[in-house]
Amino acid sequence: MAEGGLVVELRQSAPIALEAQLACAPGELLALVGPSGSGKTTVLRAIAGLLRPAVGRVQVGTDAWLDTARGRCLSARERRVGLVFQHYALFPHLSALENVLEAVPPGAPDVRRARARGLLERMRLTGLDDRLPRSLSGGQQQRVALARALAREPQVLLLDEPFSAVDRATRERLYEQLAELRGELAMPAVLVTHDLEEAALLADRMVILAAGRTLQAGAPQEVMSRPATLAVARQVGMKNLYQGTVRGHEAEHTVLDWQGRVLRVRRQTQFAPGSRVHWCVPAAGVLLLPPDPSAIGALDNLVEARVARLLPLGQQLLLSLAVAGEAHPLRTGLPRHVAPRYALHEGMALTVRLRGEDVHLMLAD
Amino acid sequence: MDWTAVGLSLRLALLTVLILVPAGLLVARWLAWTPFRARPLVEALFALPLVLPPTVLGFYLLVTMGAHSPLGLWFERVAGQTLAFSFSGILVASLIANLPFAIQPMQRAFEAIAPEVREAAAVSGLSRWRSFWRIELPLAWPGVLSAIVLTFAHTLGEFGVVLMVGGSIPGETRTAAIAIYDRVQAFDEAGAGRMAALLLAISMVAISASYLVSARVGRRRG
Repeated sequence: MAEGGLVVELRQSAPIALEAQLACAPGELLALVGPSGSGKTTVLRAIAGLLRPAVGRVQVGTDAWLDTARGRCLSARERRVGLVFQHYALFPHLSALENVLEAVPPGAPDVRRARARGLLERMRLTGLDDRLPRSLSGGQQQRVALARALAREPQVLLLDEPFSAVDRATRERLYEQLAELRGELAMPAVLVTHDLEEAALLADRMVILAAGRTLQAGAPQEVMSRPATLAVARQVGMKNLYQGTVRGHEAEHTVLDWQGRVLRVRRQTQFAPGSRVHWCVPAAGVLLLPPDPSAIGALDNLVEARVARLLPLGQQLLLSLAVAGEAHPLRTGLPRHVAPRYALHEGMALTVRLRGEDVHLMLAD
Repeated sequence: MDWTAVGLSLRLALLTVLILVPAGLLVARWLAWTPFRARPLVEALFALPLVLPPTVLGFYLLVTMGAHSPLGLWFERVAGQTLAFSFSGILVASLIANLPFAIQPMQRAFEAIAPEVREAAAVSGLSRWRSFWRIELPLAWPGVLSAIVLTFAHTLGEFGVVLMVGGSIPGETRTAAIAIYDRVQAFDEAGAGRMAALLLAISMVAISASYLVSARVGRRRG
């Protein structure tokens, strides 16, 4: 880990089970993603010092904030951390400026005030110094909370679902602002969210958390398209999940047996021939072939299917395709304006192609 | 008008507030935020003077402070006077009788402070003292104000406990409330009426001032 990086290891069985490991480099934004109750906020609170896990280590650069093995546990006051709470937790009786000023480290009053003003300006809150939190909009309150978190010159910045309490338009503006701010922040930053899209949009890396356990860490696109386990695949919203048997490996492909069909998929030699595997393919990897069979040519991974269900959803038409011998349908979608070309209707037979490059194998859990 | 009794009542009320509110502040904060198994029992103990007949409370206090009790003997040795039937005695009685009036409003006020706001103070690096002074106390202020006013007004009006513990010694234990009773016993209705009106006015002013300030604080915070 680079100098100033954050390393976290937490373990406990009660009151909330935890088995979490994560690392975040300086300047990196790490998204901690999981459903409600997965322990995301608990991990964040343990980093901040608001909760003491039974066993754990929280290290920032060379500073150990928590090391239960050595009986060391700094209080939240002693950890130089900036935390933006989900509902901001601004001091309701203090103005925007006073809120930020409280967190500015001790020093000459003029210097502290100038620093607090500077942070409010940086958050585009100029002119709102004297406003009380209740007279600020949700987005403005969030920016005051961010300014307050940065005022302490934190070694680690923690953001607990900071975008969940604002409307969509405000959220998008705040995304842009955070993205701009990212370049200026040199410390590790951990963002807790249940929103995969938000994580993919903002984070350099993401960690998937379920029932207090960290399941996988990696770049958002990698985690979402190549989940390590079935549990991660389910959590990242992968719908097309099946079982198969690895037949062997060719020069460019791994050959997979799926209910008697042969699929040539991305080469993944870590799975020995004969091993039983789970596999997944994103909806975008399930391609509808043109209605004219002569145009198909010789393609790999063709699967005969029948339209089980058609569901218009916004500008998309979602398709559930029944495949002989497979209990779970294949799911895909296509833009609604394209759909008429296929004259789709429930019960019709069609051929789809599974893009081998998109097929990802996983060990059975 | 028995100005001595009025003065004694005001002195008793002021001292009760000055001693009980700061001490009650710490107890209220502790009760509001510290979970422990015996908390309901402790809360019940502090609330007891609210439901106990004043004569019962007064009786037990009298027994505890009596000349032959360990406390009474100790006090007499140290202070050279008895605790029962003295100003000190009625002050102790007043402190105990007013526990619920001081603690409960402040405890509710501390309980109303969102835990995240206190946590935000901690992660913002505020020391415990600064967090108390700059965040907790201003937020709990309406409760503190209620405690001050209720304790003050209730002490002015306290009758049963003070009578049991202090009797009616002019200049020492005869408060305004007891003086009114004595006047009525002596068929001096006009004198009793004047003193009752004065107590009514003082209590009314104190309560109104507290509501006024609370409303102003409430408007400021929304």
